[in-house]
Amino acid sequence: MSDNILNVSRRGFLQGMVSTGALILSVRLVPDFLWAAETATGTRADHAILHPSAFVGIDTDGTVYIVAHRSEMGTSSRTSVPLILADELDADWKRVKLEQAIGDPRYGDQDTDGSHSVRSFYDGMREAGATARLMLTQAAAKQWGVPVSECHSDLHAIVHKGSNRKAGYGELAAAAAALPVPKKEELKFKPKSEWRYIGKGASIYDLADICTGKAGYGMDARLDGMVYASVEHPPVLGGKVKSYDQKAPLQVRGVKQTIPIKPFTPPHHFQPLGGVAVIADNTWAAFQGRKKLNVAWDNGPNASYNSDQYKKELHDTARKPGKVVRNIGDVDAVFAKGGKVVEADYYLPHLAHATMEPPVALADYRNGKVTIWAPTQNPQAVQETVAEELGIPKENVICHVPLLGGGFGRKSKPDYAAEAAILSKALGRPVKVVWSREDDIKFGFYHSVAAMYIKAALDEKGKPTAWLQRSVFPPIGSTFALNTTYGDAGEMALGWTDVPFDLPNHRAENGPAENHVRIGWFRSVANIYHAFAVQSFANELAHTAGRDPLEYLLELIGPARIVDVKASAPEYANYDGSPQDYPLDTARMRRVVEVAAEKSGWGKGKPGKGSGMGIAVHRSFLTYVATVAQVEVDDKGEVKIPAVHTAVDAGLVVNPEATRAQFEGAAVFGTSIVRSGEITAKNGAIEQSNFDSYPVARMNEAPYKTNVYIVDSDAPPAGVGEPGVPPFAPAVCNAIFAATGRRIRELPLSRATTGA
Amino acid sequence: MIPLKVNGQERSFDGDPDLPLLWYLRDVLGLTGTKFGCGMALCGACTVHRDGKAIRSCATKMSTLAGSEITTIEAISKDGLHPVQEKWIEFNVPQCGYCQSGQIMQAISLLKEKPKPTDGDIDAGMSGNICRCGTYQRIRAAIKAAAGETV
Repeated sequence: MSDNILNVSRRGFLQGMVSTGALILSVRLVPDFLWAAETATGTRADHAILHPSAFVGIDTDGTVYIVAHRSEMGTSSRTSVPLILADELDADWKRVKLEQAIGDPRYGDQDTDGSHSVRSFYDGMREAGATARLMLTQAAAKQWGVPVSECHSDLHAIVHKGSNRKAGYGELAAAAAALPVPKKEELKFKPKSEWRYIGKGASIYDLADICTGKAGYGMDARLDGMVYASVEHPPVLGGKVKSYDQKAPLQVRGVKQTIPIKPFTPPHHFQPLGGVAVIADNTWAAFQGRKKLNVAWDNGPNASYNSDQYKKELHDTARKPGKVVRNIGDVDAVFAKGGKVVEADYYLPHLAHATMEPPVALADYRNGKVTIWAPTQNPQAVQETVAEELGIPKENVICHVPLLGGGFGRKSKPDYAAEAAILSKALGRPVKVVWSREDDIKFGFYHSVAAMYIKAALDEKGKPTAWLQRSVFPPIGSTFALNTTYGDAGEMALGWTDVPFDLPNHRAENGPAENHVRIGWFRSVANIYHAFAVQSFANELAHTAGRDPLEYLLELIGPARIVDVKASAPEYANYDGSPQDYPLDTARMRRVVEVAAEKSGWGKGKPGKGSGMGIAVHRSFLTYVATVAQVEVDDKGEVKIPAVHTAVDAGLVVNPEATRAQFEGAAVFGTSIVRSGEITAKNGAIEQSNFDSYPVARMNEAPYKTNVYIVDSDAPPAGVGEPGVPPFAPAVCNAIFAATGRRIRELPLSRATTGA
Repeated sequence: MIPLKVNGQERSFDGDPDLPLLWYLRDVLGLTGTKFGCGMALCGACTVHRDGKAIRSCATKMSTLAGSEITTIEAISKDGLHPVQEKWIEFNVPQCGYCQSGQIMQAISLLKEKPKPTDGDIDAGMSGNICRCGTYQRIRAAIKAAAGETV
């Protein structure tokens, strides 16, 4: 690849059509569902007559091709990011055709995680759209012999004010293509008043296809001559195959052969886990064949991992001094003075992503190159991981990205795609690896188990004069480096170093913990357990002080101000948002608290027996979210959630309807965490396996109605996919306390112990 | 040989009689609108209709299907959209969408039995279908709208 396409700066962005000759493969086999239409020779956007950027092309028939380079897993990225470009281009969305990008660094970052698709590409999309619009305007002006300043766009056409002349984008595309690509300084962006789509949104692009069964998910990829594979993984992380029955599986009708996959080299990174693959002519036969493998395993040192014991160790560590990650004043001096002190231990278990579509990938290896169809959040990581596994250059790994049947962070880790590539190379034919639900639950990259300890000294009014918080969890860094036991700055910034309370003495610490399973990003990541501890503790203090939790919470947040977190936590990462664009602003935090409270009718009316409301607020992915949960607890302790009120300040919101959907969904995701989410290990092996032992929220358990209030904001766009999750669990648990006096310091409820 | 009808077409199956219908539809016939979610009838992603009623295709062996008429999401509407599909679109139900074929097939079956379902009927009818994205309240609204309620 030439250097210019690796350059994701503006020039690289706009130079667009470049030689991708190195990527040309024989295109003999293409799945028929393949809307992921980018081929090895480039996209239709690249091939359109006007293609001023890698992200957009316009053909003479007026079709606008926009490249969706972020993965679609249900957050509307595939729609909402191109929508920004379409708006600035003044294109008719009905005449836009989306193309899903393959993994390619020319698009910049494609790792669809961290709730930043809109935030990171808002400017780039507008620039690409404005560039194409300016070129079309210039072409029209030239054709009509009038100044460019007298021409403007009007929904897929350029018009000349004075003469009422009008030309469609298709008519102008060829002439525009002959013009030089304008410089950024020449671009004029549409004023907000002229936005067609930004802030108004659009239904997801694939809506009708999804509802008619036509949409193409990773699970649906097919190639002529492909075989199916299912892999028996080592039950314990780092385990190895000692022996297995090579003959018995072949007795299963449809099974063709077995192939061992080598164990990973530590650290595990995104490498396959190893094990034995069963190859068959349908998925089910491959599953059945595995039952006959009778593998003898060498489990290795992680076989000592037992969740009950580990939980005690985490709690013990949290009670000991840890590494200081943020410090204000001197908490020890205050505690030494004596006086009223409140302390509490919190605990949340491992969780599995349980995407409805289990991990799956199709690979076709031939002549040193491999083409992959994988539901992945990160096609460039697929390229890197597969290249490493096969010993080929990553340019020889073509990764198509069909729709993802859920992601939640699991599909940022492409171990399953590497399995398919390894097997295709071994067999010399296309192979589709399908994980069963049991594989998905037992061999995940789990949300980290965590223990937290918080202690506060209180003045006579019940306000904290000192606040010490310790968090202990096996970190995500253990994926990439051995002996990583402390969270990194990014992880600590997820709701721990950025606690926005107005405290004179405040210390945040992190204690060490070793991983014994794979740990990975999970929708909102460490924010889940950090928000649970901090927002539960705030509520405990309110009740200790005999105060209304809402008033008390607002008092803890303190007056409207910009919190300079870095001053007390030098490594604070702020989700890579600049302090100018994305300061921690307590005015915005107070606002969402007030809106959620007001909309919920907080403090109005007397709750019935067993009913209560709880509130929690949390900023994550640069978005401020307050949630009020209303619960009803019956005599048996069964919790129902009739209503949730969530107020959101996510800065500029491109797609409000899709955003509301994310927060409705986050409440259901949070319900699973509260009610039943728990992954445990015994002798190193995961004890859960399917939706019977790892239940997730069903319709009758989910909140009956989640009301989402998007607060108008002039701030730049922030995240919406994840930030709804963190405040949900503490809001519900605070509501349970209000309803019953039962304090929940450990989840899920199905196992919860009652605090003091 | 097991004779059956799939989406109006006569078929006969002579493979492993234990093969679940799901994999016959997906891997043999290439009808991929019906999804694999759990393999144990716990999630409903694989829901299709047998003789007009919702069943879990992942837990239905081919050996039990002689003479049955199977309908999948691909053929639930003869032409255009089924009214339930229309409401799904109107209410922007799907997020990732993977479970929605099953949800729609289940909802159509529910509405046949209970043309005016109560909240309790909807809970009872739909709680076997998991949506991990959490679209339940929109599913509920779409079902009520399809039943003619103002939502």
